[in-house]
Amino acid sequence: MSIRTPLGFVRGLGSAKDGTHHWWMQRVTSVALVPLILWFVISLLSVSRADYEAFQHWLSHPVNAGLMVALLTAMFYHANLGMQVIYEDYVRPESKKFIAVLVTQFVLFLLGAISIVAVLKIALA
Amino acid sequence: MSANKRPLSPFMIGPYYKPQMTSILSITHRATGAGLVVGTLLLVYWLASAALGPEAYKHAQTVLGSMLGQLFMFLWTWALFYHLANGVRHLFWDAGRGFELDEATKSGWWVVWSSIILTFLCWLIAAP
Repeated sequence: MSIRTPLGFVRGLGSAKDGTHHWWMQRVTSVALVPLILWFVISLLSVSRADYEAFQHWLSHPVNAGLMVALLTAMFYHANLGMQVIYEDYVRPESKKFIAVLVTQFVLFLLGAISIVAVLKIALA
Repeated sequence: MSANKRPLSPFMIGPYYKPQMTSILSITHRATGAGLVVGTLLLVYWLASAALGPEAYKHAQTVLGSMLGQLFMFLWTWALFYHLANGVRHLFWDAGRGFELDEATKSGWWVVWSSIILTFLCWLIAAP
């Protein structure tokens, strides 16, 4: 039993000084992903069964490589924002939530880094 | 009463509420989102294999072309189109449009059918 008032518990924990940044970036990335995903699906349909040379030729075009890097960046960013909200809604206690958010952030950043390096390696080969 | 003892309204999915178009589509949006995150592993694997050279790429094509690989890709395609279509629905809501119950139900059916049709269309085109 604490003698602190409910207000006393939350005072000072308030604004993390980023306001609606998380919400806004989720929307910004989602708007960016609409055309990027449509481009990606249409492109995949044309190269999915292609041999290595044809795939390499497609990805070595600067526009395709650039769009691919943009897609991967927006996608992994969006994935991280979305997973964070899911953890915040369902994972308790606070410590588990914190670890889940952090681990997911690290893993998604790593996956993004690996895939972008892979794209650049093919594009610049 | 301290904040953690206050009664909360129950979760939308469960025994307390009748399943509704809006709640089912809402939880499906999250489920497909989480599923797509897991699915990015396939994308990273495919790109990394391509970066390793022709032999690794060929091997990845064989793995992804297997029955299990194709099943995952098919489900991933549907999850992608569902999340895309429902995401656009969310963007309309963010703009303050389509909040009436009949509109939300109608746009929900649009999401369901467009995701199914686009998935089958893709696989018809991709079929050898």
